[in-house]
Amino acid sequence: MDELFGIPLPALAGQLTLGLINGAFYAMLSLGLTVIFGMLRLINFTHGAQFTLGAFGAWMAMQYLHIPYWGALILVPVVVAALGILTERILLRRVYQMDELFQLLLTFGLALIAEGMLSVAYGSSGLPYDNPMPGGMDLGFMFLPYYRAWIVTASILACFGTWFAIERTRLGAYLRAATEKPQLVRTFGINVPRMITLTYGFGVALAALAGVLAAPMDQVKPAMGSALIITVFAVVVIGGMGSILGSVVTGFALGILEALTKVYYPPASSVVIFLIMTIVILFKPVGLFGRQA
Amino acid sequence: MNSVTEKRPHIASIRPRNTRWFIALLGVLALAPMFIYPIFLTKLLCFAVFAMAFSLLIGQTGLLSFGHAMFFGGSAYVTAHALKIWGLPTEVAILLGTVFSASLGLLVGLVAIRRQGIYFAMITLALAQMFFFFCVGLPATGGDDGINAVPRRELFSVIPIADDRVLYYVVLAFFIASFLLVYRVMHSPFGQVLRAIRDNEARAVSLGYEVGRYKLIAFVLSAALAGLAGSLKVLVFRLATLVDVSWSTSGEVILMALVGGIGTVTGPLLGAAFMLTLQSALQGLAQWMPVAQGAVFVVTVLLLPRGIAGTLGQIRKRSRHNPSDKPINHVTTPHGNNRAARALVDKTDTNA
Repeated sequence: MDELFGIPLPALAGQLTLGLINGAFYAMLSLGLTVIFGMLRLINFTHGAQFTLGAFGAWMAMQYLHIPYWGALILVPVVVAALGILTERILLRRVYQMDELFQLLLTFGLALIAEGMLSVAYGSSGLPYDNPMPGGMDLGFMFLPYYRAWIVTASILACFGTWFAIERTRLGAYLRAATEKPQLVRTFGINVPRMITLTYGFGVALAALAGVLAAPMDQVKPAMGSALIITVFAVVVIGGMGSILGSVVTGFALGILEALTKVYYPPASSVVIFLIMTIVILFKPVGLFGRQA
Repeated sequence: MNSVTEKRPHIASIRPRNTRWFIALLGVLALAPMFIYPIFLTKLLCFAVFAMAFSLLIGQTGLLSFGHAMFFGGSAYVTAHALKIWGLPTEVAILLGTVFSASLGLLVGLVAIRRQGIYFAMITLALAQMFFFFCVGLPATGGDDGINAVPRRELFSVIPIADDRVLYYVVLAFFIASFLLVYRVMHSPFGQVLRAIRDNEARAVSLGYEVGRYKLIAFVLSAALAGLAGSLKVLVFRLATLVDVSWSTSGEVILMALVGGIGTVTGPLLGAAFMLTLQSALQGLAQWMPVAQGAVFVVTVLLLPRGIAGTLGQIRKRSRHNPSDKPINHVTTPHGNNRAARALVDKTDTNA
């Protein structure tokens, strides 16, 4: 029993762990996009750049301020979210009345600026970030590095926290109400524009948190977000941006599927998510968890 | 609005005022190589054709494609391969590239037009990324090196396009042909139906138009034109690389169309001129290019959403104006702006 369809079990388990980790990032990023889209009706093209800013934030905090990983995990999302809130207040607010395509182009422009500045300042080659949790444990059938286990745990916690905040708290109830009928909610004396701003900040914080989590996995690079965000867009199209749970489930499932493809048919691993997107669009255009617009 | 005067929309004919402008533009383009480096101008025309392809799609149908690099770069690879490896004649290679892009456009269009708006943008972006990975994996594309030193053989075995100046006039001929084609499409009954769908899809459906088929034809046309631009690009640069199929190229063509003025006739040319000028202004500061592009995006969206041509057109707006020269509405009016749809009603009335 140490082989499954001709693949050694430790290798399979190792790939599956990597798949879970990728899935964790897909889940967090598509969750952030979904939360922002729900409230702002805006596809946040800057999301990838905000993920990158999270990773660079962790690196900068370590390099210049000697703030360790655990401090950065709290501090960086807050700082990046503050930047996001500033952007929403100064720029995004001006385009809510415009066609959605112009909103998309504005956020795309902001992403180009942010990533461009990072690569001017730090080059495109990549910076190392030390693993804060070296070592791992032997599970018998595989070796599990602690940090990988932590990423998956942290991501599930963040996703659950988001779900809980939106579906089970009073503030979340206001938020859901404001998504449905913003004018009506305003007549009840609730400050909807402020809720929009906070929602954007929260979505951005999720992206930055994912960025901090990703920093020790590989090198910190300016292009790390743009490559990832295109895949996340495909994930969002597959899931359909209808529900929180939907985007989390889709994210993890696609990460695992991608890993399995890497094991059984490596050449297709980079395109499998896009292929699935194509199939889903052909058979269920609104996405697996989508509601009819 | 003044629907009475527009009851008989000017189909096809290029009106006198436009003709005058068009001849003036032709004169400038014909004489330009005497003053400006011809390779720069040839590049400009290539990107103008590319931007025209993109602009045709968004201007007439409202569909924002974030994946046009796959048609541009895909055709560039096919043309380069046909010229260098297969040793085919130049005109055949250009044709092959364009046909390839049109076919790719058909496949992508069949999937992408099932959604609209931002979903359409995300789907085209994702499909283009899939095509990018496909090109990375395919040995024929030459990986990171691309296909370089592509020969410039005589066009139709007589026109010596190895000469930069001759090549300029050849590309100019292609540009004019594309320009007239786009103009013709915009001013045809087909273009009118497209704009009717853009402005109020439900209404067009209720009038019995097969909306999906119209969108698909527009998408394939746009893909084919983008492919033509990619083929011409290979002749100019003698090179086809992964950059041509990457998302940043898709972003660049959007930027050119946006800066020029989405949905305008001269916008793509102005946008391409703006981009290439920006590029040469940043010579030696290439790493600042994405930042500059991003800044142009932000400034254009916030201050100049109609682009250069759209804003100029608005300034010298006259009593009589042309519905298809109008850039797409930057302010969403759910049921407003049904002028095109109304023209359509008139049309069906006469048909009945």
